[in-house]
Parts: sequence; C-alpha cells; structure tokens
Amino acid sequence: MKFFSLALRRFTAALPALFIILSGLFLLLQLAPGDTVDALVAQVGGGDPTMIEELRKYYALDQSTSTRLGDYLWRLVHLDLGQSAIYAKPVAEVIIERLPATLLLMGSALALAIFFGMTLGILAARRVNRWPDSLISTLGLVCYAMPSFWFGLMGIFVFAVWLAWLPAGGFGTVGAGLTGVAKWLDIVWYLVLPTVTLALMFLAVYLRIMRASMLEVMTLDFVRTARAKGLSANRVLVRHVLRNALLPLVTLIGLQAGTMLGGSVVIETVFALPGLGRLAYESVVQRDLNTLLGIVFVSALLVIAINFIVDLLYARLDPRINASH
Amino acid sequence: MTTTNAKALLSVRKLRVDLPPGADRQYALSDVSFDLNANEILCVVGESGSGKSITAGAILGLLPERVKASAGQIEFVGQDLLQLDEAELRRIRGAKIGMVFQEPMTALNPLHTIGAQIGETFRIHTTLNKREIRERVQQLLESVQIPDPVAAARAYPHELSGGQRQRAMIAMALALEPDVLIADEPTTALDVTTQAQILKLIRELQARRGTAVLFITHDFGVVAEIATRVAVMQNGILVEQGLADEVLNRPQHPYTRSLIAAVPSLVPGPQREVAETSILSVAGVSKTYRSGGFLPGRRRVTHAVRDVSLALPEGGALGVVGESGSGKSTLARCIVRLLDIDHGKIEFDGADLASLRGQALKAHSRRIQMVFQDPYASLNPRRRVGEQVATGPIIHGTPRQQALDKARNLFELVGLDPAAFNRFPHEFSGGQRQRVGLARALALEPRVLVADEPVSALDVSVQAQVLELLADLRKKLGLSLLFITHDLRVAAQICDAVVVMKNGEVVEHGSAAEVFTRPRHDYTRSLLDAVPGRHWDPAAVIRSVDAAAAAVADSGDKLDSLPPQTLKYGTLHA
Repeated sequence: MKFFSLALRRFTAALPALFIILSGLFLLLQLAPGDTVDALVAQVGGGDPTMIEELRKYYALDQSTSTRLGDYLWRLVHLDLGQSAIYAKPVAEVIIERLPATLLLMGSALALAIFFGMTLGILAARRVNRWPDSLISTLGLVCYAMPSFWFGLMGIFVFAVWLAWLPAGGFGTVGAGLTGVAKWLDIVWYLVLPTVTLALMFLAVYLRIMRASMLEVMTLDFVRTARAKGLSANRVLVRHVLRNALLPLVTLIGLQAGTMLGGSVVIETVFALPGLGRLAYESVVQRDLNTLLGIVFVSALLVIAINFIVDLLYARLDPRINASH
Repeated sequence: MTTTNAKALLSVRKLRVDLPPGADRQYALSDVSFDLNANEILCVVGESGSGKSITAGAILGLLPERVKASAGQIEFVGQDLLQLDEAELRRIRGAKIGMVFQEPMTALNPLHTIGAQIGETFRIHTTLNKREIRERVQQLLESVQIPDPVAAARAYPHELSGGQRQRAMIAMALALEPDVLIADEPTTALDVTTQAQILKLIRELQARRGTAVLFITHDFGVVAEIATRVAVMQNGILVEQGLADEVLNRPQHPYTRSLIAAVPSLVPGPQREVAETSILSVAGVSKTYRSGGFLPGRRRVTHAVRDVSLALPEGGALGVVGESGSGKSTLARCIVRLLDIDHGKIEFDGADLASLRGQALKAHSRRIQMVFQDPYASLNPRRRVGEQVATGPIIHGTPRQQALDKARNLFELVGLDPAAFNRFPHEFSGGQRQRVGLARALALEPRVLVADEPVSALDVSVQAQVLELLADLRKKLGLSLLFITHDLRVAAQICDAVVVMKNGEVVEHGSAAEVFTRPRHDYTRSLLDAVPGRHWDPAAVIRSVDAAAAAVADSGDKLDSLPPQTLKYGTLHA
C-alpha cells in the first residue's frame, strides 16, 4: 500500500515535467517545414490539391496549433495516444509492437554493464596502481572514448562478416518459423552484438565510478575499524566496502536511464532492430506527430519508473535514506 | 627512564617507523620504547604529528600505506608483532588487542546495525551460533550502559548519539575481552559531559577486567583524569615517561613542561576592571529553525535560541559556554546578522541591528566582526590570503592599494610574516590560518569581535599562542570580545564574564570568578564537574617547576643532590 501511494506521488510530481516536454515537442515540430500530409503525398509521388485538402481536414491539420495541442492533451488525459498517420493504426498498438525489442536491448545491456562494470571496478581497486588496474583503466578509457556506432560497425565487420560467428543485424531469423525456447534462443543470438555494443560505454563509466568509490570508501575510518576487528581483506571488502561503494553507482544508473534510451536509437539503427528508437527516427522523418509524442510519453514514463526503482533500491541499501521523503 | 619490567604485557622496543620519501621528516617514530603492564592505563600524549596514532597503528599492523616499521620489536605475549604475517596478526586484532577510534560517527559502518557490527567480532573469532552471539551482544551493550540495549542493537549508527556510538565502539573493542585495549582519542569528538561519562566507563571496565589500556590523547586534562602512567611524544620521539603524578606535577623535559604550561587553568585569573557601559546588548533574542515539507503535519520547529539576553561591557570579554546543540553558535551568527532573528533586539552603537536592512546594516555591522572555528574551511582556498584580508575594507569603499597596505600592517600585528601576504591558505599551518582569520576580522577596525570556537581546532601550544594574541589585541585595540566556546578552561582564561547556555536558553550568567567558583545552576555545576582533570591545576605545576628551576640556578653547589633529569632541565634553562 505504502509502495503504491509512493509510486502515485512520484508520478504526480512528474506530471508538470511531462506536460512541458510534450507541449514543447509539439510546438517544436510545428516549426519544422512540412507535415504528415506532405510526407504521405511525397510517398505516393504527388496528388491533386483537393485530395491534399481533404487529407489535411481528415488529420485535423487545418485547425490552429493551439486547438490541436489542446485536443492532444485532452485525449492524453483519457490515455488515448491517438492514431498514427503513417501506420494507420492506434499509436499505442504501434508502440507496443516495438517496445519489447528496446526493453530487451536496454535491460540486457544494463545488466551486462552493471555486472562487468562492478566486477572490473572492484578488481581494479583491489590492485590499484598495479598492472591489472592499469589494464582495466586503459580499456575502460578506450571504451568510453570510442563512439558506440563505431564499435557496432567494427563488431559487424569482425564477428559477422569476417568470422561469421554472429548475425549482422535484425531481430530473429526471418521466416524460420521457430517457436518456444528455440525462438527465444534465436532472439538472444541476434541480440548479442547490439547488447555488447550498447553496454560497452556504460560499462566503462560504471567501472570508473566503481573503482573511484571503492578507493574512497577504503580510506574511511570504519574500514580501519573493521580491520582492527581482525577481518580478512576479502571480508572487509565484501562486508564493509562494497555496499558503501555501490551507492554512487546506483545514483548514476538512475541518472543515465535516459541516456541509455537515447543510445539505443543509434544501436537499433546500426543493427536494424525493430525498436522504439528506430520508430522515433522514422516518425520524425515522416512527420508522424502522434507517434512521436506517444514515444516521448512512453519513454518519459520509462525513465520515471527506472528512477523510482533506483530510489527504492537506494533506500534499501542505505538506512540513512528514508524512501518516503 | 625506560623501565624494564619482566611482567610487561606489551613491550615496545626501539621502534622506528619510516615515512615515505618526500614527507617533511624521514621517520614517523624513532627509537620509541615503552612497556604496557596489565591493569594500568598508559596515556600517550602529544600534539598532532607527534606520532602517537602511528604508535597504535604499528602495534596492530594497521599503518597507512607506504608507512613501514623498519626497526625494533613489539613484544606481546612472547611474540614479536612486527614479525607476524597478516593472517597471524588478524587472529590477534579484535581478539587479544581491541581498538577504539576517535570519531564514533565515521568509525562505524553506516549501513550495518550496531548489533551486526559488534556480532561480527564473534563471527570471525569464535564458533558461537547466531543466538549466542545475539545474547553476548546484549550483555556487552548492557555492560557499556547504553540506554535501551535491545533497541540499540537494532539501530543504525546514525540513529544513536555520539556518546552512545562511542559506547557501542567500546563494546565492540571489548567483545572478546582482549588483554590490551588501544583507545585513540576516544573522547575528543564528544561533549564535555559525555566525555566524562565515557572516561568513567573506560576506567570502570578497565578496573573490572584488569585490561591494559593504551590511551592516546592530546588533552592533558584527560591524562590527569585517567592515567596510571604517562608517555609524552614530540615529533616521533618519546621524550618523557613515568607515573602520572610525576609527569603531571614534576615534568622533567622542557617539552612536557611547555605543553603543561599551554594548558589553560580552570581557575579564572584576577578580576579585571570593566566599563559599566555595555557596547553590545542583546535582549530577548529568539531564533527558530523550521524543517520538513510544505504539509503542516510534517513541519518541525527547532528553537535554536530562546529568549536570550546578554550585555557585553565596553572593552570586556564575555564567554558564551555550552555543549553542542546549546545554540551558542546560532546566537553568534544572529548577532553578526548572518542569520535573521525571529524577535528580540540587538543593540549596538545606538542602533537596533536586528531591524536594520541594506546599506544601514552594512554601515553598522562592519564594527562587529566574526572569527570562525575552522581555520581550514573559513578561508577561500583559491585566493591569496592578503587579498582575503583586504576584501572587507575594499567592499566598504577603501581604495584598493590603501586596503592592501593596511592588510600588510595587520599581518605584522597578528604575528605573521608580511612576506606571506601573497600565499594561499594551504601553505599555512592551522595556527597561522587562524591568525589570518583574525587579521581578516580586524581589517574592518571592529569594536566587537565575535569569536566562535576560534581555538577548538588547534593544538594546545598553538591554542595558547592564539589566546595570548587575542588578549594582546584586546588590550592594544580596545576590542570587546564575545567568545563562544565549549571549553571551560579556555573560557576561564580569557573571559571576564560568562553566560552558560543549554538548549537555546541562558541558564546562568555572572562574572567568571563567580560562575567557576560558585556555580548556582545544576547544569553549570555538572559542566564543571565534567571537565577532565579539574583537580589538577597546570598553572600551579608550572609555578612550582619554575621555583625549583630558580632554586637550581641559585645554588650551583646543590646540583649533585638533584636527579639527573632535573639537572638536564636546569642547565637547558640556565
């Protein structure tokens, strides 16, 4: 019960931000030349003016900007994301079709980045200023400095084209008609390269944060107390240093949830994944305003949800933080 | 000097600890030898940098990285601790030698409960099961007299007060009834009444169990309170050791003597004549802090200062004393108008400061200046000290060059080398920084100086110098001083009159002599009772030592009959 009231309060607090983001985006897209109808007409290769006029009326594009914004927000209150002009389906349906790929990519990349970021960070901190630390830190810097699309392209070149170990792109073998576990394994197979590519940069960041905060915590007084109690170095690390050092990492993960969503746009484009990121890109090109606003709305909800989970986690980790504040 | 004792439990022999190359001296400890016997409290006393904490670290093998013991032995029940490997040392740490640290907030892991942290000692050194451990933890918490031990075991460190945390620390160190307890400044971060309780607890536990305690402190008052024997350290060298009574009352080494001379006496000096007229008067001042959300139910109101009235006589020094949370710092900040008060009057220079705003406030308030506690945090690390001193006058319209010239003169006045004018704060020691802080306050030619714990962060000898400087400036410049402190010894030395605060209210005020010799309020009495070593008067010790030295100088023919150490001291000072 407390959980739900807390979640509801968080969502309510985020409403003004959502309103500003959506209206801002709506108005921004009015400034871009051309509208949905222009894009549609360009696709069929032209049409006569009366039909264009009809289409504009059909999509309510002849109304004033403020009326349309008002209409959109009013529909949103009823949880109606509207109709996609390009896909001729409700926006909600289009998004739900595309959501799994993005969630899967983000989730697995996040898990990978956290796991290896933590492990390598701990290893580096334990062997600080010796060769394992130098090696890990240098690799981390390289991963952080290189753009992820470059890693994507190199990954495709090495593992798909040259070695032919992994598929170059897509989300499952086309026309294989697989079901059950086989289908899942197939998807996992296709997701290996994109996940690693997306994870690399975040892994590098988490590794650096983890290393730095481990080193900082190791200098604190309570670590000396723990050693004075006669604890072994490993036990001190696991029982006393690790949990304290995790706090900055958890904060960072929450802050970067949005960045990760942005990063998946690039990765989905490189690996031709049918995800939310590519949908957003296509909607911008085709001036599909309803779909784009829908995506923004859903991503905002996603980020709010992730931050909420991070806050709960933080309160679990640190007894000094009270989650209800 | 070194007493060779066959029964010594822990015996340190010619210990040398090297500092990494590039440090300001080669060694942290050099040729340190002492014995710690069962059933005694050996106080190791010295100023910061004297190597007293390093001694403790060396015994447990917990030295900072790159600091290594390079020579000597530390013998403990038949083995040399310096020769043991990490695994063997771990079996001794916590089990045979327990340790209590200074800062009870940071020395406990904030993410684990008190019970878990105490229980951990049992988990790694014994084979007790969970239920047995829980019971033992309860017994321990009871033995350190923590209020509500059941709740304390389940509490996290931040939920306990400083004194309770330190009790938990002691419980943890004593969990396995170690033969030796090392306490590194265990009461320094605590309020005076809490400190008295913790010292009493350590003494009781020590007597009951016959533990040998190595007690590290910088405070001679604490030494007088608790020590069986004393070892004095200076710059990594043990300069003097002996029975507490000998070292405290008949100090032999000049350094010990200078340290004792620097300890302020709790007996206030002779009453000085102060003017009848008051320069600053505070009437009915209240300040509340509000916290919590915008919902009325969650709001919390803290009365930091409640209806406080006091008067500072022209040219006088008024001390405001009290423990942490008594509202004395808030009061100081209200008086210099760093904080706005809720109601009341602050009359200064014929105007009510509390009601002034903007330009009028600026014009009046320049004559009241503040000196802050922490000489490290109160100076901007990125600006040259000279400029920081000159900033005040420049803001008030003095031409830049003139202000800088004046600042240079002020450097001389507070005893700093004018050549240091263009340096940055980190290039100064703590005492020098506090002198810069004083120069900064004096630059505006104030008539009232509000000093908020100006010497609390300083070593005792530096503290004495700064106090002397303050007294000197007061005389030279005719300053009036409002002196905020938690240290009653300091207050006794510098103040003509004293105000005692508790929970935001004034509970007693009067002349220093009155308050210190005939306290009326129970709280004042308990504060005075809590002052460590209150029956030991350093001023009297120094007087008698001086008299002895004079006698030595007078009668050269009696030299033979004196002990060799006195001879050394006498010749040094002849």
